[in-house]
Parts: sequence; C-alpha cells; structure tokens
Amino acid sequence: MPMLKSLQAENTRPSNKIITSYKSVNRWAIKVFSRNLVVFKKNWATTILFNIVEPLLYLAALGAGLGIIVADIEGMSYIQFIAPGIVAMSAMWSAAAECSYDSFVRMHFQKIYHAIVATPVSLEEVVVGELLYGTFKSLLSGTVIMAVIAALGLVLSPWALLVPIVLILNGLVFSQIAMIWTGLVPKIDSFAYFFTLVVTPIFLFSGVFFPLDVMPELVRQLAWLLPLYHVVVLTRSLTIGLVSFELIYHALWLVVFILIIFPFPQALMRRRLIK
Amino acid sequence: MPFAVEAQNLKKFYNGFQAVAGVNFRINRGECFGILGPNGAGKTTLVEMIYCFLPVSEGRLTVLGDNVVEEPRSIKKRLGVVPQENNLDLELTVRENLLVYASYYDISKPVARERADQLLHFFGLSSKANQEVDRISGGMKRRLTIARGLIHTPEILILDEPTTGLDPQSRRMIWEHLRQLKKRGLTLVLTTHYMDEAGQLCDNLIIMNRGEILEEGSPSDLIRRQVGEKVIEAEVNPSKREHLLDNLSALTCETQVSGDTVYIFIPEDETAVVDLLKNNRELDTYRVRPSTLEDVFLKLTGRGLDYADAEEFAGREYQAL
Ligand SMILES: Nc1ncnc2c1ncn2[C@@H]1O[C@H](COP(=O)(O)OP(=O)(O)OP(=O)(O)O)[C@@H](O)[C@H]1O
Ligand SMILES: [Mg+2]
Repeated sequence: MPMLKSLQAENTRPSNKIITSYKSVNRWAIKVFSRNLVVFKKNWATTILFNIVEPLLYLAALGAGLGIIVADIEGMSYIQFIAPGIVAMSAMWSAAAECSYDSFVRMHFQKIYHAIVATPVSLEEVVVGELLYGTFKSLLSGTVIMAVIAALGLVLSPWALLVPIVLILNGLVFSQIAMIWTGLVPKIDSFAYFFTLVVTPIFLFSGVFFPLDVMPELVRQLAWLLPLYHVVVLTRSLTIGLVSFELIYHALWLVVFILIIFPFPQALMRRRLIK
Repeated sequence: MPFAVEAQNLKKFYNGFQAVAGVNFRINRGECFGILGPNGAGKTTLVEMIYCFLPVSEGRLTVLGDNVVEEPRSIKKRLGVVPQENNLDLELTVRENLLVYASYYDISKPVARERADQLLHFFGLSSKANQEVDRISGGMKRRLTIARGLIHTPEILILDEPTTGLDPQSRRMIWEHLRQLKKRGLTLVLTTHYMDEAGQLCDNLIIMNRGEILEEGSPSDLIRRQVGEKVIEAEVNPSKREHLLDNLSALTCETQVSGDTVYIFIPEDETAVVDLLKNNRELDTYRVRPSTLEDVFLKLTGRGLDYADAEEFAGREYQAL
C-alpha cells in the first residue's frame, strides 16, 4: 500500500511534528487544563498555602533577619531588594513542582494521560494542558506573594501591574523545563536530581538574593543564560518603577526561549508513552 | 455501510519485536466480536491500534470506514474505550469522572449531567455518585470505567479484558449489561482469556496466539469445526497412556494430553470410543460432556491457557529434578 506508507512517512517527518506541536495549543488542550482546574477547586486553599509558606519564610528570615546586617543595595533596603526576587522564585518553584512531581503522578501512577488520549484529545494537547496548568499555578503563587509584599509597602510603582505578564512567561518557561524532565526520568525519585542540579542553582545565581555585579565577569555572563535572571530583572524593575527600554530585551529573551523549547516536552512524552 | 473495523495484513513491531503478525479480520456493525488469547498474545496491542493509541507499523486498519492513520480524532469521537487497567481519575468523584470525561467529547454540561445520571442508574452506581473513586469496590470501578466509555454514546465499545480479576457475581453482572448494550445496537469489541465469557457474549471471535490468528468464526462454528459436539475426558495413569492413545488413533479420533487427563475429541459417533473406554481396565475414570470453546483453544494451542507461563513453570520443575 504505497499511499499509506507515504502518509505515515509524512506524519513522522520532523518538520511536521514541530508544526503539530505548536498547533496543539488549542481548545482541546484547554479541556485538559479545565480538568486540572476541577481538582484545584477542591483543594485550592491548601494548594495556595503550600505554595506560599516557603517564600514567606524566606522573606521573613532573609529580609527581616539578614537585612539587619546587610547594607543597602543600589539604594534599596535588603528586604526591598529581595522581595520581587522572591515573587519570581516562588512562581518558578510552583511551575516546576506542578509539571514534575504532580504531572508524573498523573501520567505514571494514575494513567490519566492514557485515559484522555483515548478521547478525541491528543497526547500533544494533554501536554499543553499540563503546561497551562503549571503556568496558572505559577501565576497564582507569584500574585499572592506580590499582594503580600504590596501590603508590606514593598511595591513602589504602578508598573508592578505588569508583573503578572512576567509571571506567565516565567510559568511557561519552568513548566516546560519540568515537563522535559517528566518525559525523561525513569522514576519519581529522579526528580531530586532535577531540583538539586537545575532548579536550585538557577534560583541561587539569578540575582534573587544578591546583585550579580559583585560576582566575577564569567558568572555574570553565565547568569544571562538563566531564564530566572531575566524574570528577576523584570519583576524587580517593575516593582520599584525603574523602567527602561532595555526591559524589552529581557522579555524577548523569555519569549524566544519558550518558543524554541516548546516542541520538546511533547516529543519526549510521545517517545515515553507511545511505543 | 462500512465495517465497524477492518484490518488487512496488520502488523505491530515494538523495537523489532513482532507483537501482531500480519492479521486480517473484519468486525460487523452491531455484533459482539471477541479477541481471545493467552497472556502476551497481542490482544491489547491490537485494540490499542484500533482506538488510535498505538501507531500501526504495517498494513491497513480502518474503523467505521476511516483509516486510523489519517483520521484519529474523528474515529476516537465515535469509539468508547475500556482499557485493561482501570484508569479512572482518582482525584475526582464517581460522577465527576463521567462529567469531566464528557467534556473531552465536547458534550455540553446539561447533556453530560443527564447522561451521567442515566449511566450511573444503568450500572447501579447512583448511590455512589459522590464518592471518591478510590473508595468503591473493584467491580464498581469496572462498571464505572464502562459507563465512562459510553458517556458520548459511541458506535463501538472496545473492552480490554472487562472482567479479569472480578468475582463471579460481578462478572455476570457485567455480562448482563453488555448483552443489553448489544441489544440496543452497540458494536462490542472484547478481548478476554476466559473462554466462557467469549462463549456467552460473542457472535464472532478470533483466537490469537503470539500475534497470529489461529482460528475465527462463531463460537458454535468453531466448536463444530475443531472439536465436534462432545468431548470425553479420561483420567489415565501416565504409564498406561501410550497404549490407550494407540487404540484411539486406530479409531481416528484426535486427542490432547494435559497432566493425567486425556481429552478425546469425538468425530461423529461416540459409541465406538465409549465401547473402547468401557472395556479398558487401565482407565481410572472418564466422562462425556458437551464441548466448549476451551476445548477448541486447547486443541489449537496444544496447551492450556497461560501457555508462556506454563512453559516457564515446566522448565523450573525440570531443573529441580
Ligand atoms: N511497550 C512494549 N514494548 C515492548 N514489548 C511490548 C510492549 N507492550 C507489549 N509488548 C509485548 O508484545 C506482546 C503482546 O503484548 P500484549 O500486551 O498486546 O498482549 P495481551 O494479549 O494483551 O496480553 P495480556 O493477556 O497479558 O494482557 C507481548 O509479548 C508483550 O511482552
Ligand atoms: Mg492485554
């Protein structure tokens, strides 16, 4: 059957796979996102609490505690300096946790992906639905922390209203990175490597806790490769109202990163689940 | 009207390992079609290709006239699936499982609610509607999985081992539901390794082993063709077995040995065989009974079910000696 052969060949050509991947951002993916929202509505209070306790502890211990002995940075008190960084960090953490541990449980133990793929929804769309949910969780925890620091008087400018957009980019980036690991790891314990080797270094060297100017030139250049660095610059600048045209480049960096790695989580998940 | 399912020279390879070896079959609309076979025969692989989960390696597979390679989404809209492993959504209640699943099929909320309630009623789950899925029994989970597969009123329902692991009462309950669904015109595609289940439910079936189809037809056809109306089970001491088998082959009946039991498939007239057995002092006991699909299977595969496992087990015994 030569017709069939050629058709199959076409479907598996790399360029077509990439197009399918972007096309799967559609209403079918939204259905998967909505399924997660149904679960979220049942336990939103504990979910939110769980997501914000840690960042608030950081803010209290480092801002109020360490802040007493640390000199002002770039004319800001230490707590003022780290507060926007902690917004970015907690948003990153939520997305990374959702699309690693939680997605893995849904995929591997509960076989939910398998159940959904038997309906008209495709595996690519399931993955996009999961990424959207990770992004939602990220936006949510970032916004809650943002509200807390606003109440503490640490938000200085109405530009801060643009922070949610930054949080969405941040959520997409880290949902994707986590989902790539979910497509690769053999068992759930393997996520420990992900957090130790990827997430923790990113959050330590992205300028959340100290300005990167104090680091050697090489570290500063490497930091430019870290997505969270750009998120922190954007969040901090918007929060204190130090806005310049340069911020566009940081946002563009994130957008380009999101678009480039977009096909990978789907391709890895397909390789993993469909033999 | 196109066939419900049509497979031509259908093959599936897993990394070079051939799980389905070029099979051909057709499933008519409105029938209950059985796919029988021991563990590892390729039943799940076959149905997963039908419901567009696994890609086809070679050959042609159409469902309701559409090719699975070209139209997976529109095929999946018209199929209901009950997978081998229950994959209910454990984070949702019984009723929510149906409602959320309905949303994947673009069913509006009011319609979904109505259908969910009808299905819960039909499957005797109404009183559990608001329970967490984790809390209900295995039989109920299975029924809920079937209900979920029906939420969008599909034209074909695919069931991969619907009653494996259930107690006899739950199995019978599921059979009764499936019979009623068939009466309403639903096409059923069912895999099983229970011969009684296939005999009870299926209009037509294929028997698979190691990715190949060994036989196909209706249960009664298969029995008539392969083993005749009646079977004699004779208990013989292995040391005296050869002699009996020689005598039987003189009467041109086919036999199959399993443990101490010799199964004798009687061609037309049983009297000659019965006479032989009556006069045979080496025989411990024997009985004549109507043949079943199980006998067909035994004869075709030369062994009982779980044939791969049995082989392994025999190997172990041998080494222990
Ligand atoms: N993902 C896979 N990768 C490699 N081999 C596989 C895979 N899935 C199944 N197989 C092999 O393909 C063959 C057919 O498996 P399949 O699950 O289709 O059998 P089955 O008839 O459904 O068996 P069971 O009654 O145990 O469910 C088996 O030998 C199995 O080991
Ligand atoms: Mg199986």
